[in-house]
Amino acid sequence: MTMNGWIQILIFFGIVIALVKPLGGYINRVMNGDRTPLSIVFGSVERGLYRLAGTDEKEEQHWTTYMAAMLFFNLAGFLLLYLLQRAQGFLPFNPAGLGAVSADSSFNTAVSFMTNTNWQGYAGESTMSYLTQMAGVTVQNFVSAAVGVAGAMAIIRGFARASAKSVGNFWVDLTRATLYILLPICVVGSLVLVWQGVPQNLNPYTVAATLEGGQQTIAQGPVASQMIIKHLGTNGGGFFNANSAHPFENPTALTNLLHLVSIFAISFAMLNVFGRQVGNQKQGWALLGVIGAIVVAGVVIVYWAEAAGNPLAHALGVEGGNLEGKETRFGLALSSLFAVVTTSASTGAVNGMHDSLMPLGGLVPLFNMQIPPLGGIGAGVYGVLIFAILAVFIAGLMVGRTPEYLGKKIEAKEVKMSILAMLGPSLAILVFTAIAVVVPVGLSSIQDAGPHGFSEVLYAYTSGANNNGSAFAGLSANTPFYNITIGLAMLMGRFLLIVPVLAIAGSLAAKKTVPASAGTLPTTGPLFIGLVIGVTLIVGGLTFFPALALGPIVEHFALLAGQTF
Amino acid sequence: MLESHMSHSKSASILDARILVPAVGGTFRKLDPRSLARNPVMFVVAAVSALTTILLVKDILTGGGNIGFSFQIVLWLWFTVLFANFAEAVAEGRGKAQAESLRRTRTETQARLLASAAGDDYKVVPGNSLKVGDIVLVEAGDIIPSDGEVIEGVASVNEAAITGESAPVIRESGGDRSAVTGGTQVLSDRIRVRVTAAAGSTFIDRMIGLVEGAERQKTPNEIALNILLAGMTLIFVLATVTIPSFASYAGGAIPVIVLVALFVTLIPTTIGALLSAIGIAGMDRLVRFNVLAMSGRAVEAAGDVDTLLLDKTGTITLGNRQAAEFRPVRGVTERELADAAQLASLADETPEGRSIVVLAKEKYNIRARDMAGLHATFVPFTAQSRMSGVDLEGSTIRKGAVEAVLKHVEQGAVAAGSAHIGSETIREIRAVADDIARQGGTPLAVVKDGRLLGVVYLKDIVKGGIRERFAELRRMGIRTVMITGDNPMTAAAIAAEAGVDDFLAQATPENKLALIREEQAKGKLVAMCGDGTNDAPALAQADVGVAMNTGTVAAREAGNMVDLDSDPTKLIEIVEIGKQLLMTRGALTTFSIANDIAKYFAIIPAMFLAFYPQLGALNVMGLATPQSAILSAIIFNALIIVALIPLSLKGVSYRAVGAGALLSRNLTIYGLGGIVAPFVGIKAIDMAVTAIGLV
Repeated sequence: MTMNGWIQILIFFGIVIALVKPLGGYINRVMNGDRTPLSIVFGSVERGLYRLAGTDEKEEQHWTTYMAAMLFFNLAGFLLLYLLQRAQGFLPFNPAGLGAVSADSSFNTAVSFMTNTNWQGYAGESTMSYLTQMAGVTVQNFVSAAVGVAGAMAIIRGFARASAKSVGNFWVDLTRATLYILLPICVVGSLVLVWQGVPQNLNPYTVAATLEGGQQTIAQGPVASQMIIKHLGTNGGGFFNANSAHPFENPTALTNLLHLVSIFAISFAMLNVFGRQVGNQKQGWALLGVIGAIVVAGVVIVYWAEAAGNPLAHALGVEGGNLEGKETRFGLALSSLFAVVTTSASTGAVNGMHDSLMPLGGLVPLFNMQIPPLGGIGAGVYGVLIFAILAVFIAGLMVGRTPEYLGKKIEAKEVKMSILAMLGPSLAILVFTAIAVVVPVGLSSIQDAGPHGFSEVLYAYTSGANNNGSAFAGLSANTPFYNITIGLAMLMGRFLLIVPVLAIAGSLAAKKTVPASAGTLPTTGPLFIGLVIGVTLIVGGLTFFPALALGPIVEHFALLAGQTF
Repeated sequence: MLESHMSHSKSASILDARILVPAVGGTFRKLDPRSLARNPVMFVVAAVSALTTILLVKDILTGGGNIGFSFQIVLWLWFTVLFANFAEAVAEGRGKAQAESLRRTRTETQARLLASAAGDDYKVVPGNSLKVGDIVLVEAGDIIPSDGEVIEGVASVNEAAITGESAPVIRESGGDRSAVTGGTQVLSDRIRVRVTAAAGSTFIDRMIGLVEGAERQKTPNEIALNILLAGMTLIFVLATVTIPSFASYAGGAIPVIVLVALFVTLIPTTIGALLSAIGIAGMDRLVRFNVLAMSGRAVEAAGDVDTLLLDKTGTITLGNRQAAEFRPVRGVTERELADAAQLASLADETPEGRSIVVLAKEKYNIRARDMAGLHATFVPFTAQSRMSGVDLEGSTIRKGAVEAVLKHVEQGAVAAGSAHIGSETIREIRAVADDIARQGGTPLAVVKDGRLLGVVYLKDIVKGGIRERFAELRRMGIRTVMITGDNPMTAAAIAAEAGVDDFLAQATPENKLALIREEQAKGKLVAMCGDGTNDAPALAQADVGVAMNTGTVAAREAGNMVDLDSDPTKLIEIVEIGKQLLMTRGALTTFSIANDIAKYFAIIPAMFLAFYPQLGALNVMGLATPQSAILSAIIFNALIIVALIPLSLKGVSYRAVGAGALLSRNLTIYGLGGIVAPFVGIKAIDMAVTAIGLV
């Protein structure tokens, strides 16, 4: 660990924290339908879209209607992306002449992008035509992120409103999030990336002669436009198979920083929106404190583990940290930071190989994805809110009152839905892993033996169920078995979470708001932050302890004893 | 007094053999699956215990497995279930003992059923044949056959059967003390009672049902907690059923008995086992405090109360006003006024009258004189004159409400044909009276032979310590509102002196009801107590309505609690009992969940050691062998239930500090304590288990 490394990490956190308030203020105005400077540009577009769709922007929806609209929209997006992949051979913008993608891979990919996971069982440059990338993948990159923002807005409104029947209008939330938040930032961000050398063209792949006299096909395409939304929308699906480790995706230290900042930007700002909507920004900062503490702890552990390096390599006289699977232009600090950040916000972009992390370095990303409070755009908001609800319920009784959070009584329905929201993703991760490590079709894809191979499978389903999409690698996942089961894990992770969350939103909105008093559990401050972290680690984390013990934990102790797998 | 009463009964009964011995029987009766099904966590434990028992029998028959170890695990699994049953049985046992003594009062009584309300003809019928609306005659020495309302007469009644208080109370027709309870005994006089409850649904029947827990329904909060516990059980089902597959990938196999042990230690058995005991004990704590809650929901609501409506008289101030000062008009000495006021009060037996005599004696050393020796005749207070006083040796002294006295003076002057008294004096009297009212007192004017002497300042005496109680309530986040019939000026002064947050002056049943609705519209929960029929709508509207046992039938029906001691101050303690109930649940839930960390560290390395010896590094407690580790964890898990029974019955102690301070205190004790305790406990058990050589 170097001072230089820590300074880079500090700069990153500094920028992220500085952005929270201004961006939160802006998003809040947008989602409330207030005028912003961009209304001049997009106001008429927005109204035009509503007219086209026959939506009344003033009309609010009951949570069930809101949910139905969301599910319908996702189904349509899934079908479109599935059909584009199957039919891309007959469609334009296909200079590389790529044929139809297989049915199971298309299913997996369509689910993956629709659920904001961006798990990629395929290699982008050798599978998808430009049309599929732009009209299918990139569109879902935007709207799946906007759906996340919408879901978060629904539950935020649930807390902010009292005795209300509705939680907002899905179509309006979706449109505003895309038009005023994601699109403008992406336009500016893409230009910055192009300036830094990221390609943005529709050219056929360049064939170059190498110095050794060989031939190399250099893949390119509309990369910059997909890069920024990949991080901003916590999607993570790379244009190239190597993802953000590829020099065309992430050429410089500046682009790396831009990628990192955009991963957290909206997720964190949404918690500020939460604070603003409930009338006390400290409430948002407290939840940010929960996430921030877990993320910082993760960065410290991973950076320490990677910088400490591999004892077996040291024994061979190779000094220093673990540089296997890392880009030297990012180094240990930024690679460690990226690994934690991308798994903390359910993004899944990678700038190094997680498979090559030290066992403890790999444990952290895995664990980050298993605890719901660390989730992507929108999902992070409701993930942390679910645990805040559970923490308030468990510990809130200890102040001698029926638990209340922000004036809302936490009762049977909220508890039931919170438990369901926790249960769905856990079910997907544990059960699919349990199946995959015993059936031959599952076992045949595992590259490494022993606990490391186990981690690869566990990581794949964890990544899917968390809608993260990063791969530990080492697992040949583009097989019908993994395509289908990981596809199901992604669906469970997305919808078994978002549906209970909307139910909570509806139930909370309908409740009265009890005014706070000296007898009310304080939900800001270190005590509360510690409480939510405790509940997250014990209730959320312990579910996976046996699995983690058989993966990275045993690998760590084995490595100390000089054994590798 | 109340507090000592409470703590006395609390400590007396927890380890009482009369309760513990019958509870052992109840422990086994509760193994009935229908009874277990009420509690999802313990039902699951019982189910897996049964499963492992079958596996054990199979192992014994086929001679496979480690029978000695399996047998011990199965044994402790069953102990876990039995300990939970035992906790519930003990909690119920305390109520049962009380129900038994109540039942004795419900012995067969004979009733004199009157043919008509007016006549005296009656026939003797068995008490349990009475119907609602029947009219019975009850005479001295009779047991009142059923709940009812006195429609004629007045009697002193011994209500010790339900209140435990042996001093007789007065019950009379009309007014706010007309309700009588079946099973209580008339000591003097005779009354006619209209029966208001049929056999089987009387107050005592309901009380028996409540204390026995027979009618116990799960409260909303308990339901929510049960969902959480069931949900966590499901999550840990997932965590354990997937282990065999993970293990087989690693080339190992885990015996079912070990998986079951891990599962049972992880699921929240501690709180699952004690949850119903906590609820029963909370109810029981109220009963011991002589308050009957009609439902567990009411007890829970008490903990949530935001606004407390308290009657001024009897709750905030002593029931009676006391003379505090003599304020003569100009030209009259204080001593002169005191002397006249004392004479006027000598025969006045009201507390106010007596306090005037005492004040004159203390302040001016004017000894109370003998009325007979003075040849004085007492003129009692009447509704018409609104004055009282004496006539002696040709002079008349009167005291009374200022306006009444002024009117009396005016009339006297007109009758005597003399010029009316100086308007200056009247103005002076009025000014003094206003001043006294502003200070929260009641002015009493004194007149001797048509000459106004001055005003006696009767002061509402705020109860000692009540100000501190209100400050405490404020720290708990509860707002207090004083309800009084006084005018706003007087009310404001007393409110300020007592330290309440707000007051409702010139209260009527209507504006009381309106105030409750207004508070509830803001999302607040309101508690109040009352006794009169006109309190009934407000009692019904309030979230916690405590009816006084001395009150009317209507009030008792409307409230969701009845205070057998009829002490309105108890509202404050009722709130504390409600909070204690919720806190106990929260504390044990937190403790139970926090325990899981240590259990993982005990069982996971033990479980996987056979194929991943490296995981021995996770054995941070240094437990002797895998078997001893697993056995110790399951023994700890069972014993902790027994160890926490006293706490669940007694309740976590409540302190009136802010929620933040309370949370940090309880989180430290039950959260951090819950993490640390099992590390210590499991290690100690492991040492014991190894020393004895159990594995």
